[in-house]
Amino acid sequence: MSAPTYDLGKLHGGLRLPAQKSAATAMPFQKVPVPSQLVLPIAQHVGDPSHPIVGIGERVLKGQLIAEADGTLSAPVHASSSGKVIAIEPWPVSRRNGDNAPCIIIECDGEDRHIERAEVPPVYDSLPPDVLLTQILQGGIVGLGGAVFPTAQKLMQAVTCELNYLILNGVECEPYISCDDVLMREYTREIVGGAQILLHALNLDIAYIVVESDKPEAIHKLADEMAEVGDERLVLKQVPTIYPSGGEDQLVQLVTNLEVPSGGLPTDVGCLVQNVATSAAIYEWVFKHEPLISRMVTVTGDGVAQPMNVVARLGTTVADIINFVGGYTDRAEQLIIGGPMTGKTVTTDRVPLVKATNCILVLSEDPALGPEMPCIRCGECAEVCPIQLLPQQLFWYACADDEAKIRSYGLTDCIECGCCDLVCPSHIPLTFDFRMAKARIREMADEKARAERARLRFEARNERLQNEQDGRDDELAQQKETAKRAGAETIAMIIKRSDKDRGKR
Amino acid sequence: MGTAIITIAVIALLAGLALSFANRSLPANESEIVEKINDLLPQTQCGQCGYPGCRPYAAAIADDGAGINLCPPGGDETVRRLADLLGTAVIPLDKELAPGRSVAIIDESLCIGCTHCRGACPVDAIVGAHQLMHTIIESECTGCELCIAPCPVDCISMRSLA
Repeated sequence: MSAPTYDLGKLHGGLRLPAQKSAATAMPFQKVPVPSQLVLPIAQHVGDPSHPIVGIGERVLKGQLIAEADGTLSAPVHASSSGKVIAIEPWPVSRRNGDNAPCIIIECDGEDRHIERAEVPPVYDSLPPDVLLTQILQGGIVGLGGAVFPTAQKLMQAVTCELNYLILNGVECEPYISCDDVLMREYTREIVGGAQILLHALNLDIAYIVVESDKPEAIHKLADEMAEVGDERLVLKQVPTIYPSGGEDQLVQLVTNLEVPSGGLPTDVGCLVQNVATSAAIYEWVFKHEPLISRMVTVTGDGVAQPMNVVARLGTTVADIINFVGGYTDRAEQLIIGGPMTGKTVTTDRVPLVKATNCILVLSEDPALGPEMPCIRCGECAEVCPIQLLPQQLFWYACADDEAKIRSYGLTDCIECGCCDLVCPSHIPLTFDFRMAKARIREMADEKARAERARLRFEARNERLQNEQDGRDDELAQQKETAKRAGAETIAMIIKRSDKDRGKR
Repeated sequence: MGTAIITIAVIALLAGLALSFANRSLPANESEIVEKINDLLPQTQCGQCGYPGCRPYAAAIADDGAGINLCPPGGDETVRRLADLLGTAVIPLDKELAPGRSVAIIDESLCIGCTHCRGACPVDAIVGAHQLMHTIIESECTGCELCIAPCPVDCISMRSLA
């Protein structure tokens, strides 16, 4: 085995949080059986929703394309099992804004018949990178770390930049979540294979596979696999367990000691970050022609009977998955999709598993810490902020709705990691306030743009009306001129003739 | 005593000269102020302020001392920003409007194609030809309600987008 390396950059702030992961990692992942019904949202990614191409009543097969990418930033959706489309309608989902989203609902026939797969040559090296990228686009693959940015578009953007490193993100820093850890133990070959495909597609020579120090088993397995593959382009790196070192920009800083500029992307400093699960999904698609129709998810918390990591079809409802792990315990109080820091509390377990769902967390009590009190300006939040923002100042300006100040203090760079919430002795829900402030800023910008457009249209219309009026005035003046030149007699004659014409009629 | 008087007189003279110079050579740019006020207005061009559009209202505020509380679509927020800009007191709105953005919608089954609404729209957000059905470009509609009154068959109504 090749030993992991440690030469690291520095990350500002962050927190060492209790991991709470051992309950779910005690056993290998389990497969959730095909449910009776699948609910597949058409927007499981960042960008434009995909466009359904199946009708109600149509029979579909596992792996069949049911909604195609629509727009410049989009990803297709595939059926996760065989069955019949029974509806395309709004269904409760877990997302930031709004509670319902259009979903394709499939009644499974239980046969799980796979669509005929095209013969895929197991070699990708001979494919030109752009063909490979188009192929990845068709697999419906999105970033599985949680941001669900369509992978193909991310890669296409990246190839236009000058790149130095590919970074595979195996840093799963948020408490409770352990699906990537188990994935790295069980799908080592896929991850390493995916990394090689990515290196080829991007024409790169170095890939860092980065894992946190609290995952010794995953590190061991990866090191063994990499020694076996013997690809010198792959380097294993170990980073300390500090939340939120798994954030894209934070990881780049940790691994390369380069800071991603404000408002920029990791590609600005020559890095491309992909989650290990995305890498495995790319491998599955390129080698086995299996689109993204299932994912690993952690089901944990003291509200479920048997915490574990499961592989489930996309579209399986959370209720079905919870049933599979033994149901809720008596203490179950709240259901969170995602981790305790960045997840979203949902009110119903009818929500489906989507590409973004890395954790289903059922907790016994609300982790709210206490009543909110005034800010005492202790500065703790600024010390832990991984972006080196000043949350106490931002809070001040967010309350005052001071857009200019909010911008100049860099709120748009906030990654909403929640560190400031945790350390605040006054229990101020800073992240929540920042999220609202961001939404307000966006809204104000939209309004401003709309007002500007209306102003331009108004001015253009006034100008047009003025031109029309001027044209009419000119014409009238011309007619007067002609009449004057013709003389009074001719005019009288013309009037007489027209009167006669009228009389005839 | 004499020196003191002279010193202060000289200072006062210099200050007076400086002030009169500033007043003459650095006049507040009239159109710039109108532009700034216009920027703060919502550009609905609805005429509810009594002026034919947002820019004329901005000019009226700057030149004729029109009230800053005449813009219902802008709401209290706009009054507050105008007060900030002009250094005046925040005053309550002249008349209230339902909050949230709303747009006009044409009941296309009733439309007779008279083109009256098309002429009334200040931002050209209505398309349709004579004796053919009209429709509203939702993304461009400012919700000014100016198209409602001219419609002879009352087929235009407002729909809230909130």
